[in-house]
Amino acid sequence: MKAHYACGSNSHLMARRQFLGTMAGGFVVGGLGALTNPALAGQIQKNQMRVLVVYMAGGLSQLESWDPKPKTDTGGPFRAIPTSVPGIHISELLPKTATHMDKLAIVRSINTKNNDHGKGSYQMQYGRSQMPGTEYPHLGAVCAKTLERDDNPLPGHIRVPGGSRGSDAAYLGPQYASVGMNGKPPANSERAGSLTEAADKLRNDFRRQANERFSLQRRTASTDLYTQSYEQALQLMERREVFDVTKEPEADKDRYGRFDLGQHCLMARRLLENGIPFVQVQHSNYDTHNENFNFHFEQLGEFDQAFSTLIGDLHDRGMLETTLVVVMSEFGRTPRINQYYGRDHWGTAWSVCLGGAKIQPGAVIGKTNENGTKVIDREVEHGDLFHTYLCAVGLDSGGAFDIGGRQQPMADPSHAPITELLT
Amino acid sequence: MALDVMKTHVLHEWKHGKPLIACRFEPQGRFLFSSSEDYTLQRWNAETGEKIAWEAHDSWVRDFAFMPDGETVISAGCDDRIIFWPTTAEKLEPKLEIVAHKGWVRSVDVNSDGSLIATGGNDRAVKLWSPDGKLVREFVGHERDVYSVRFHPGGQFLLSGDLDGKVHQWEVNSGKLVRTFEAKDLHSYNGGQQVHYGGIRDIRLSPDKKLLAMTGLHKATNPLGAVNEPLNYLFDWESGSESKKQPAEGVGGIGWRIEFLSDGSEIVASGGNGGGFLLFFKPAEEKPYHKLKLPNTARDMSVHPDGLRVATAHHDGQIRISKMTEKAA
Repeated sequence: MKAHYACGSNSHLMARRQFLGTMAGGFVVGGLGALTNPALAGQIQKNQMRVLVVYMAGGLSQLESWDPKPKTDTGGPFRAIPTSVPGIHISELLPKTATHMDKLAIVRSINTKNNDHGKGSYQMQYGRSQMPGTEYPHLGAVCAKTLERDDNPLPGHIRVPGGSRGSDAAYLGPQYASVGMNGKPPANSERAGSLTEAADKLRNDFRRQANERFSLQRRTASTDLYTQSYEQALQLMERREVFDVTKEPEADKDRYGRFDLGQHCLMARRLLENGIPFVQVQHSNYDTHNENFNFHFEQLGEFDQAFSTLIGDLHDRGMLETTLVVVMSEFGRTPRINQYYGRDHWGTAWSVCLGGAKIQPGAVIGKTNENGTKVIDREVEHGDLFHTYLCAVGLDSGGAFDIGGRQQPMADPSHAPITELLT
Repeated sequence: MALDVMKTHVLHEWKHGKPLIACRFEPQGRFLFSSSEDYTLQRWNAETGEKIAWEAHDSWVRDFAFMPDGETVISAGCDDRIIFWPTTAEKLEPKLEIVAHKGWVRSVDVNSDGSLIATGGNDRAVKLWSPDGKLVREFVGHERDVYSVRFHPGGQFLLSGDLDGKVHQWEVNSGKLVRTFEAKDLHSYNGGQQVHYGGIRDIRLSPDKKLLAMTGLHKATNPLGAVNEPLNYLFDWESGSESKKQPAEGVGGIGWRIEFLSDGSEIVASGGNGGGFLLFFKPAEEKPYHKLKLPNTARDMSVHPDGLRVATAHHDGQIRISKMTEKAA
């Protein structure tokens, strides 16, 4: 398959040569060169903006989290509790998170008009509705491209947990595709004991030389992916301990919780501290058609401990000002409680929580009606949220990527950021 | 008329109109108490179906228990509290409230002489209370949510079952853990969905005190999608050994409640993706010997003190009274 982003233009060729050339010196050229506003790029680098997404797979219930409706016909058994922001109440399932509400914000008026897992997942992570034959980059790829530092050789788009390379960067190229991590250094990331450092360098130099020659005439998406995979593997080998959560203090492992999400959030802290611009942690599973309340009690107990600890740490370490945090799902869950004590898919009126970076702390945007069945104020869609995320880390979401001379809007031009949510 | 399980039929449908959660007959059989997702409790005249509904807790109520004389009903709420109510009063005002647990009180039971009340909840604690609301003892040992508590009829022991499929036998006077019955199939962890599921939904001793019965679910191939089937476990009380597993093959759902009938057989109410059922088992047999399909999924059940009527609480807002006899002419 020919790479559609490799058009052969001078600017692209220069970037590619620079990329390959600096590889030999151990550095990757920044993707910021593709931004239409270089001054902005410099500002972002200086502040080292980062993004953390906690993805609540399956569809977190807004009624059991950010928009409780206690003692209504849809309210369910859980009560609402006050938070550190007077007047803002969230579910009693999030008591620790409630103490950090002064650092967070809630958007309660999302209507994505969709109840399908796949479509909703795409909407929320790519900022657009999926269309056949059209590919857009994942939020993580956009962030990796725009927020990466040229002095940091680590991959810019990490999924936790995961074990493979994603194909989610579209025209930004495979170097911005997600890399899955499981809290330990990638398998086989140590140089084989029988191979000397000098011999290893020689063989890599030879590989690069051969690649360069080959790619002058026959560059494709596949060859780029191979090249990128090799280079990224080398970078990972050099700094493999960044991915080793076992290096964190035992006390921190306890604070985050000795369960998967706890250790994954601790891993996220470690990655963000090491300058990785985009980290996505996934918590599974909230697709609670059955026993919604039991399962949310179980799942959110873990989330509350791990997430609140992470927010506290990011704040205490002075990182929250430069780290956008988003808790999202593919949709919410129905206000109606079904016969199995479950809630079903619901994209009509639901919520996300976000904070840090340029998000206004303690804000609540939008409103649903008394029993949560519809949005009654400031309806927003996934496209608006995507714009907001980018603006929150200092990007001009109305900007575009120059991909071989073709302008590719960073976010859906038919939407706009939620400006009142931004400082 | 005599008990005739094979002739069980729905005798009455009493409408509340909002999804129901729990139901329980009081010991004298005069009333049935139920709870609803609309946060009200209901008292039904057991003969006429006349209803009084009132707002009680700040959340749902998942269980009821009664003092032995039937004059006080105790509701267990998902709002930390148990509340004592006068059973027969025209206007139901709380007699006593106890903040018993942090979060849901899932189960409540009263011992045979009314001197102790047991509660269990999502905070994994099991507690004993005096009738005047004083904490007598706390039993610590469950590693997951406590789903059910039941006094042994002899009064010496308390049984508590949890999400892990474990039933702890506690010595009431000392608080000592005597032994643990493990109904392993009543719990599963689904690695794909990353959820624990199942639990001891109810515990009951047979009238001759020789069998310990519990019910719940198994075959949970898709916990989040309600794909599972009811399962009973029977243990020999004396030896503590497993006596029988009783699956209800092909009946999708959860065994919510189990009781023993006067003929020694067990009755279970199940509800879930297969609809609602009354399932009848003989302790010596694995398969149910009779099933009655109910018009809507069942969520709780209570056998009337006359041993012939059984009430079920349903998602469609109906209380159904079934009679385990031949139909009246």
